[in-house]
Amino acid sequence: MNVFEWSFLAGVLTATAPVLLAALGGLLCQVAGVFNIALEGQLLWGAFVAVVVSDLTGSAWTGVAGAVAATVLFSALLSGPSVALRADPIVVAVGLNLLALGLTAFLMRQIFGSGGTYSSPDLAGLPDLGELGVDVPVLREQSPLVPVALLLVAVMAFWLTRTRSGLRLRAVGQHLDAAQAVGLRVSGYRHGATLVAGALCGLAGAQLSLGNVTLFGEGMSAGRGWIAVVAVMLSGVRPGRLLLACLLFGVAEAFGFRLQGAGLPQQAADAAPYVITLAALVLAAVWRRKATREHA
Amino acid sequence: MSAPVVARRVVASAPVVAVAGALLLTTLVMLVVGVDPTLAYPALVRGALLDGNLEYTVAAFVPTLGMALAFALPLRAGEFNLGGDGQLAMGGVTAAAVALLVPLPPGVAVVLPLAFGALAGGLVAVVAAPLSTRLGIPAIVSTLLVSAPAVSLASYLVRFPLAEPNTGLAQTPALPEAAHLPALGGSGYLTIGLPLIVVLTALWLYANGRTVLGYEIRATGRNREFARYGGVGVDRVAALALAGGGAFAGLAGALIVLGPPHRFVDGALTAPGYTFTAVAAVLLAGARPVVVPLAVALLTFLQVGGQGMEREAGVPSQLTQIVQGLIIVIVAVLATLRARRAR
Repeated sequence: MNVFEWSFLAGVLTATAPVLLAALGGLLCQVAGVFNIALEGQLLWGAFVAVVVSDLTGSAWTGVAGAVAATVLFSALLSGPSVALRADPIVVAVGLNLLALGLTAFLMRQIFGSGGTYSSPDLAGLPDLGELGVDVPVLREQSPLVPVALLLVAVMAFWLTRTRSGLRLRAVGQHLDAAQAVGLRVSGYRHGATLVAGALCGLAGAQLSLGNVTLFGEGMSAGRGWIAVVAVMLSGVRPGRLLLACLLFGVAEAFGFRLQGAGLPQQAADAAPYVITLAALVLAAVWRRKATREHA
Repeated sequence: MSAPVVARRVVASAPVVAVAGALLLTTLVMLVVGVDPTLAYPALVRGALLDGNLEYTVAAFVPTLGMALAFALPLRAGEFNLGGDGQLAMGGVTAAAVALLVPLPPGVAVVLPLAFGALAGGLVAVVAAPLSTRLGIPAIVSTLLVSAPAVSLASYLVRFPLAEPNTGLAQTPALPEAAHLPALGGSGYLTIGLPLIVVLTALWLYANGRTVLGYEIRATGRNREFARYGGVGVDRVAALALAGGGAFAGLAGALIVLGPPHRFVDGALTAPGYTFTAVAAVLLAGARPVVVPLAVALLTFLQVGGQGMEREAGVPSQLTQIVQGLIIVIVAVLATLRARRAR
């Protein structure tokens, strides 16, 4: 097995993209001081709506737009209760994750007539970049949302450090009282961050169900939203580090996929991303602890 | 307090409002997708209580109550245990392994697998304790990250080393007769698991309200720094609470496996969604532990009835997951509204 083949790197990028998009949303919420653990449900909801709309209209891009719009609406169920009414965001998010799981499985049966997995020739997937004339080995078989995700990392980094609104958002998250004292509308920034995170999760879901594959399966987010939450925790709210954390997950998933091809049981491949993510989280925490001790 | 005042308080209490609100929204969902609620709800009640279905409801109540304790106990100490599935599966597979591999005399053949199941669940859960108390990784994330590989490991064990030979099915062989939970009644679905979990719940309620450890757990959950200042070994208490919660989950898994069909079938423990039904029930019960068994009974009723609704009225049973999700969100909103009014 050659880890340095182009196809392996392409597999890493494919596995990374949906997690990265969701994690960018999580990062935005974290910056604004909202602990968003509803990413898993939002990702699943986005993936579902993308497939439904693409199936109905025959256009993958309409599916993407539908997923973004529907997931923004869904994230209003988080921002409404937790920002406006100040309900516990963790409890609300636990409920929303369950709601997304039930709602997608329920509507899937109502709309497509059966549960499990849905795919159909009518279902339009996102085009490969190769078809659009991009001739770079790693990108040839990726959907256009993959470079978009990478670009958004740079955009987010620039916006958070170099623009007025980005700096204000950080102020809201870091020092609530100070932000209020200079007259910022704190809850406005938090609503905005949560809703934009919803849009990003919609993109993530569309990439998962129309980019990585062209189908919807019950519970197909399969923990990616939680991995995105961990990536946010690992990032120290820096987009560059967020990208690294998500790439780590992408490597784990692509590697697990290869191991399965090499004859290891599927369960090992399923477990690999979680084990590696947890190990990274623990190592980072140990390292941070050591660093703070040496400073002290 | 006069009877009408009591009645008014019960009707206006958060759990009642939350369930009513969730059912109202669910009825709306039904109407939007073209399901007739006047067919669906009677089918739900029949599916849970009548036509001989009551014993399935009681059989599902046992693991759901176990999982409720698995979530509620660490929650008292301020730790979110969302990894119930992994603890449940490892408890189940460990109990099956002990029952299959160790020849035991009657009596011990039931007790030992249950004990090892609880132990396995506790060990899976307690991993989250040092991560939370020493490294600051929230248990809500670490329990979930540990859970997924634990489910995978149980699945691997049941498909390969413990698999029933020559069938190709992802299940263990039937457990020896001596390891079957003694039945209470004809069909075998009602076992001593029910009185066992009820007694354990009563013990937890007593320990939570009346013992030093229960007080220390609550103090740790309310305000960790204050509890530490008051001389509570908060790290130890948090670890105990997580381990205890995991042990209840592991026991729930063991009880499922030692009950009919007396084997570990891959996916059979996690597929019914006991973990999150239990999470919804505990959050619904809010700060009143005594209400937990009632909330579990209500949500188990909805869960099992939902399957009847699917059989009779053709309404996908996932509707009950929607109800549970809505209940959790509404409970969270009501909690903050009440807190604000109290101020």
